[in-house]
Amino acid sequence: MMTGFRTSQLAHNWKRNLSAILGSAIIALCGFMVVFGPMLVQQNPYDVTQLNLLDSYLPPAWLEGGNPKFLLGTDGQGRDVLAAVIYGTRISAFIGLAATLMSCLLGTVLGLIAGYFGGWIDSLIMRIADIQLSFPSMLIALFLMSAFGTGIDKILISLTAVGWVVYARTVRGSTLGEKQKEYIQAAQVAGLRTSGIIWRHILPNVMTPLIVVATVQVGTFILIEASLSFLGVGVPVTKPSLGLLIKNGFDVLFSGLWWTSVFPGLMIMAMVFGINLLGDFLRDELNPRLK
Amino acid sequence: MTVETQPLLRVRDLRTWFHTFSGTVKAVNGVSFDLAAGEVMGLVGESGGGKSVVGYSLLGLIDPPGRIEGGSIHFDGEDLVQASERRLEQIRGREIAMIFQDPMTSLNPVHTIGRQMDEMLRLHTDLGKADRRQRCIEMLESVGISQAADRLSSYPHQFSGGMRQRVVIAIAMLARPRLIIADEPTTALDVTIQAQILRLMRREIGQQGASLILVTHDLAVVAEMVDKVTVLYCGRVVETGPVRQVLETPSHPYTRGLIDSIPNPDHRLARLRQIPGTVPDIRNLPKGCAFRDRCPRAGAICADEEPPLVPQHDDISAACHFPLAPGELA
Repeated sequence: MMTGFRTSQLAHNWKRNLSAILGSAIIALCGFMVVFGPMLVQQNPYDVTQLNLLDSYLPPAWLEGGNPKFLLGTDGQGRDVLAAVIYGTRISAFIGLAATLMSCLLGTVLGLIAGYFGGWIDSLIMRIADIQLSFPSMLIALFLMSAFGTGIDKILISLTAVGWVVYARTVRGSTLGEKQKEYIQAAQVAGLRTSGIIWRHILPNVMTPLIVVATVQVGTFILIEASLSFLGVGVPVTKPSLGLLIKNGFDVLFSGLWWTSVFPGLMIMAMVFGINLLGDFLRDELNPRLK
Repeated sequence: MTVETQPLLRVRDLRTWFHTFSGTVKAVNGVSFDLAAGEVMGLVGESGGGKSVVGYSLLGLIDPPGRIEGGSIHFDGEDLVQASERRLEQIRGREIAMIFQDPMTSLNPVHTIGRQMDEMLRLHTDLGKADRRQRCIEMLESVGISQAADRLSSYPHQFSGGMRQRVVIAIAMLARPRLIIADEPTTALDVTIQAQILRLMRREIGQQGASLILVTHDLAVVAEMVDKVTVLYCGRVVETGPVRQVLETPSHPYTRGLIDSIPNPDHRLARLRQIPGTVPDIRNLPKGCAFRDRCPRAGAICADEEPPLVPQHDDISAACHFPLAPGELA
C-alpha cells in the first residue's frame, strides 16, 4: 500500500509542486503542535492556579520588559500567549476536523439517498439544501448557536448543519452519473440488493471529489468557529479557541498590547493557508476533468 | 437440439410500456416466444425496436416510468411477472444472468476483478472463501485468461476490451445460470475479437447446457450463433423461426429488408440497399401495421388491420398481410 502511494502519480506531482509541499509542511507542523504542544510549554493556560496576575500583559520576550519565560508575552490574566495559542490550536483543529467528518458523513448519506432513489425524497433533501444555501452559512451558525448556547458540542452540531449541503450536492451529482453506468445494472442483474449496490459499487466511485471538498472545508470550519467565538457565541470562556483568544486580545489591541491577539490570528492564518494550499493541489490532481 | 415438452422460458403477450410526459412508449407490445433448455435464440431488430427492454423485463429490472403492463414470463414454470422482488433477487445471477454491451463500463473501476467475481459467488452459493477463489480461477481460465490466479487482483483498467468482455462472460457464467441474456455482447469490440468472443460464449454456454438469448442488430452474428430468430419491429414480433429458414427465405418484408442491407462483398460497387424511411414515433403508432409506410408491398388492408402472427412456410411465423413466398424478393 505504502509503496503503491510512493510511486503513484499523485506523489510524483506532489514532489514537483512547491505550494503543495509548503502546505503539507505547515499542516504537519500544526499537527505536531496539536499532538505534542502541551509538552513544549510549562504552563497549562486552562489551570487558573498556574496563572499569576503579576505577570499580566508582559510583552514578547524580545521586547523591552519581556520575560524569557513567556516567549510571546502574556495576556491580562498572566496567561502565557504561546501556551494559549497551542491549546487554542488544539481546540480549533479538533472542531474543524470533527465537524468536517460529521458533515461529510451526514451529507454523503443524504446525497446517496437523494441521488439513488430520486423522486420525492430527492426533491425533499435537495430543496432543504437549496433553502439552506440561500442563507449565509455564518448567519445559520450564528442563529443556531444563539438558540443552543455555547459549547464545543453545540458548535459541532451547528457546523454540521451548515456543512452537509456541499457533500449532499456533490454526492448526489456523482451518484446520478454512476447510477447510469452498466456496472450498476450488472450488479442488479447479479442479484445484489439496493443497499449492497449503494455501499459497494456507488460509494467508492463518488468518494474522490469528497476528499477535496473535505480538505478545504476543514479550513472554512476553523474560520467559522473562530468568527463565532469572536462574536461570543462559540466555545466557553474556560476553553478558549484561537477565535476567543483574538477576541480577548482585541479589547486591548489599541492600547498597544497587540501580541495577545496578533499571535492567535497569525496561527489561524497559517493553519488555513496550509490547508488551502494542500486543498488546491488535491483539487487539481483529483479532478478528472483536468486530466 | 432437444425439444422438450415444456420450454425453459415461455413468454406470452409481454407488454412493457414507459409512461413519459410526451406519451406512452409501448417499447414491448405483445411479444411472445418460447425458448427450450439449451437453445440459442437471436432477438433481432433496429435500434429502438424494444430488444433490450425484453431482456430487462425478463429480469424484472424495468424502472419507473416503465412498467410491465401485462402478459406472462414463465421461467421453468414460474411466472416472473408475478414474482416478488425478493424472489427476483434470488433468480438474478443464479438462474438468469446477463452480459452487457460495453465491457468498458460493465465492470466497476474501483474493485479488482477477483472481488467482482467473488461477489457473484458470495450472493448465490454457499462456497467458502478458498473454494470461491478456486472457482473464479477455473472460470477465468476457461474463458481464456492466462495466469488467472494473478489476474484476480488486477483492476478492470489493466485489461483490454476483449479481455474485459471475457471477464464479464466469466462472471455471468459463475453461478451456472440456466438462461443467459447477452445484450449486444460484441458490438463494442473489434471485429477480430468479436468472433473469438462469440465462439467462447457458444462453447461455454454449450458446456453448461444453458440457454441463450442473444440481443443484436447484427445478422452475421445471428447466422453464426443461434438456433432460432425472433425479429422485433416497434415492440412487436414480426417474424420468428429457425435461423436458416428465416435468413434464407424470410416471410416478412422487414426481415427481407434487414438481410438486404448487409453489404455483399460480391457486389462491392452496387449501391447498398436500405429500408426506406425511419422507425415511426413509437409513442404514436398508426393503426394497422407499423411497418406499412416503409413496406414495398403494403396494401389498403395494412392501414386498417394489424396483421396477426401466423404460420408461414418452413416453421416460420410472420405477421404480414402479404408475406413473401420462399425465394421471392421484396
